[in-house]
Amino acid sequence: MAVVFQGIGAATAISSTNASVSTRMPFSSRGSPSGGKASFLIVRSDGRLSSGSNSRCRRADQLITNAVATKAESSTASTSSKPGHELLLFEALREGLEEEMDRDPRVCVMGEDVGHYGGSYKVTKGLAEKYGDLRVLDTPIAENSFTGMAIGAAMTGLRPIVEGMNMGFLLLAFNQISNNCGMLHYTSGGQFKIPVVIRGPGGVGRQLGAEHSQRLESYFQSIPGIQMVACSTPYNAKGLMKAAIRSENPVVLFEHVLLYNLKERIPDEEYVLNLEEAEMVRPGEHVTILTYSRMRYHVMQAAKTLVNKGYDPEVIDIRSLKPFDLYTIGNSVKKTHRVLIVEECMRTGGIGASLTAAINENFLDYLDAPIVCLSSQDVPTPYAGTLEEWTVVQPAQIVTAVEQLCG
Amino acid sequence: MAIWVTQSRNVASSLKIKIGFLASFRRSYISSSFNSSCLTTRTTTSTAENFGNPCPFLRNSGIHFILRRFESLSSAKPVEEVKNQALHFLGGNTAFTSELTFISEFTEKVHCYRVLDENGHPTTSNKFPQVTEDMAVKMYRDMVTLQIMDTVFYEAQRQGRISFYATSTGEEAITIASAAALAIDDVIVPQYREPGVLIWRGFTLQDFANQCYGNKVDNGKGRQMPVHYGSNKYNYFTVASTIASQLPHAVGAAYSLRMDKKNACAVTFFGDGGSSEGDCHASLNFAAVLDAPVLFICRNNGWAISTPASEQFRSDGIAVKGQAYGIRSIRVDGNDALAVYNAVRMAREMAIGEQRPILIEAVTYRVGHHSTSDDSTRYRPVDEIEHWRKMQSPLIRFRKWIQRNGWWSEQDDTELQNKVKEEMLRAIQVAEKTEKPPLAELFTDVYDHPPKNLQEQETLLREYVKKHPQDCPSDVPL
Repeated sequence: MAVVFQGIGAATAISSTNASVSTRMPFSSRGSPSGGKASFLIVRSDGRLSSGSNSRCRRADQLITNAVATKAESSTASTSSKPGHELLLFEALREGLEEEMDRDPRVCVMGEDVGHYGGSYKVTKGLAEKYGDLRVLDTPIAENSFTGMAIGAAMTGLRPIVEGMNMGFLLLAFNQISNNCGMLHYTSGGQFKIPVVIRGPGGVGRQLGAEHSQRLESYFQSIPGIQMVACSTPYNAKGLMKAAIRSENPVVLFEHVLLYNLKERIPDEEYVLNLEEAEMVRPGEHVTILTYSRMRYHVMQAAKTLVNKGYDPEVIDIRSLKPFDLYTIGNSVKKTHRVLIVEECMRTGGIGASLTAAINENFLDYLDAPIVCLSSQDVPTPYAGTLEEWTVVQPAQIVTAVEQLCG
Repeated sequence: MAIWVTQSRNVASSLKIKIGFLASFRRSYISSSFNSSCLTTRTTTSTAENFGNPCPFLRNSGIHFILRRFESLSSAKPVEEVKNQALHFLGGNTAFTSELTFISEFTEKVHCYRVLDENGHPTTSNKFPQVTEDMAVKMYRDMVTLQIMDTVFYEAQRQGRISFYATSTGEEAITIASAAALAIDDVIVPQYREPGVLIWRGFTLQDFANQCYGNKVDNGKGRQMPVHYGSNKYNYFTVASTIASQLPHAVGAAYSLRMDKKNACAVTFFGDGGSSEGDCHASLNFAAVLDAPVLFICRNNGWAISTPASEQFRSDGIAVKGQAYGIRSIRVDGNDALAVYNAVRMAREMAIGEQRPILIEAVTYRVGHHSTSDDSTRYRPVDEIEHWRKMQSPLIRFRKWIQRNGWWSEQDDTELQNKVKEEMLRAIQVAEKTEKPPLAELFTDVYDHPPKNLQEQETLLREYVKKHPQDCPSDVPL
């Protein structure tokens, strides 16, 4: 199961033998060849339908057409049989960022090593050359202060994007985020607005150590005045990035360290996603599985097994962590009557805990069984690879939980 | 600590002793700035007699070490030889030394710039930048207004009419004079003891009262404590209670002004206590690195609630810290309105013209209590407070000066005081009677549009209020 998750490209539905398909090179340009075995995450949501599916036959159909698809360097849609262009998740973030910077001259980026270095995950690569190093600003190492700086700049009319090199470092910025970013629009009586985007990679990676494996969504979810979203695919990464930049509220965009090299084909046309909407990944009938970020892939991996065993799980990537999209979630609960939450947060006080409470409060009558929440243990993330693996929810556990839940 | 200013004459003599002491250890550290437009008055220490001309190639690198190479007192070695011995690093050439010595923790105390003495007499016969009669009279009037406003609001709090207040007594000159030296486009990022800037810019006493009462006409819609004013009309960021968190905001505002290439700077205030916060350190550093046009004005009033400045830092105040970040700094007498005015005006020119930050330490004394929740007589002697209130009052000093110039009279004074008192009382009465903000304002402005969960919560609250009207305040409209 760990094979699926090299962190360098996930093709969850493909059999595990050629799982490590996407390019190993993190800085590859769009559409780089990776052999005929190239496979993509086709999982997409156009808001209503989901064209992604885990059933074997549908996957095979898509595979056949994809095998014909060009593996040329050209990234334009003209020569390939499929529309859109292929890119990795960090490139999708960059594309979204670049489009917004072109569109609005007030958008600027600040953070450590975002300028000439291009960002530690290369999300801002090339932007400093294009927009100048004032608009893509390298800051000294003081998270509280450059977050505060972004707040001050936003109050004066700019639209800054703050990059935390790792979400865990933004704990140092908690004062600014909670006491100022979330509050100043309110306490100033609406006179000053703070349209900042605070983004960065978080979550449990591959042996990054406890301090670099924080799940900050747990800590931030209580702060009034901010919105939180988590991206999980190149498609929603670009769409959420654009939506976050255009939002007048402060938005925290959670990326995941292990998802930056996911490859997907995304549309050429401009699109912006809704910040408060959840994504229907796989419609089903038996159980609603709510998840977000990296756990989505573990869930889809488990879903494959579950389908083989005869279950029909409905998988929703909640995407919007604050506020929850209770409309989509509620509709699903009303259909399936069983809920499983799979998250990476710790058991105590995580997103799952809040979501459990919210669903219980609003949809208790529709539940046939208590909500089950699978989360990480309340431990700092250990460094040893095996221990780290076991602190994160694995597909086998998800399968077991569904079996128990559905009987 | 509070009366160190009067000891300045003694500093020089005590310095001589120290320098002799240092020289006998053959210290080889010298600090100097070659920047000719620098305002700081720090010059070489008396170890200068051991040096020839400073090496010309080091001219542009600001503060640096000069090598005291040999025992001989003859003139410096030729430049080429020195070059070979330097380390090419840190943007310049750092010379090596074979003397194992440490930079002293103490150097000469930074001199304090002042124009008028306690009796309003100019301290220098040189021509100093003059303010016009109109400006001087406005400055004085606004200082009086501030002082009376503080007194009345403080009393109102004691009578239970408002819940909280913090005075700026003793520090009126700093805020009024700096506001006078700035333009309306300059963004003010305050701590909480700077309503003087708002007075200068046009905030009325009624506006202040509305905020303190948190009524529906308040800019902030009743959401902040008294004294936490904010006005985007007057370019004054809303006060947040957190100490020094506004300093990075100022750097951000300056960054924004720089991007827009505006002819304006950001100006932020903080206290001696605030200078200890991490945000202060990082903001000074950022501002210097980013060439941000910010004025950092520190109101060193000697006290952070009950912590005296001697327990806040071991350095020579705040002004000396600027150099550590590569920022030009100055220490001014904060109770001398003219000195503050001159310093801020020149600082503003430098900040905008040269796109750099400037640090100004305005030395003063917090005559009032920290706030209405504090009784400072518990930790400092009453006669110390009275000394500063009477002998060092910025208002008295300035009044003497403008009276001597024939711009003001005793009668003007009495008239003004009565007028302001009357206006204040009226403002309070009106503010008291004005309705509080309606219930809906509890939920607006958290986001740009109230999301579903907040709408739900509002509905729940309204239901509760409807069911139990007797448990709810009667002056909050629904």
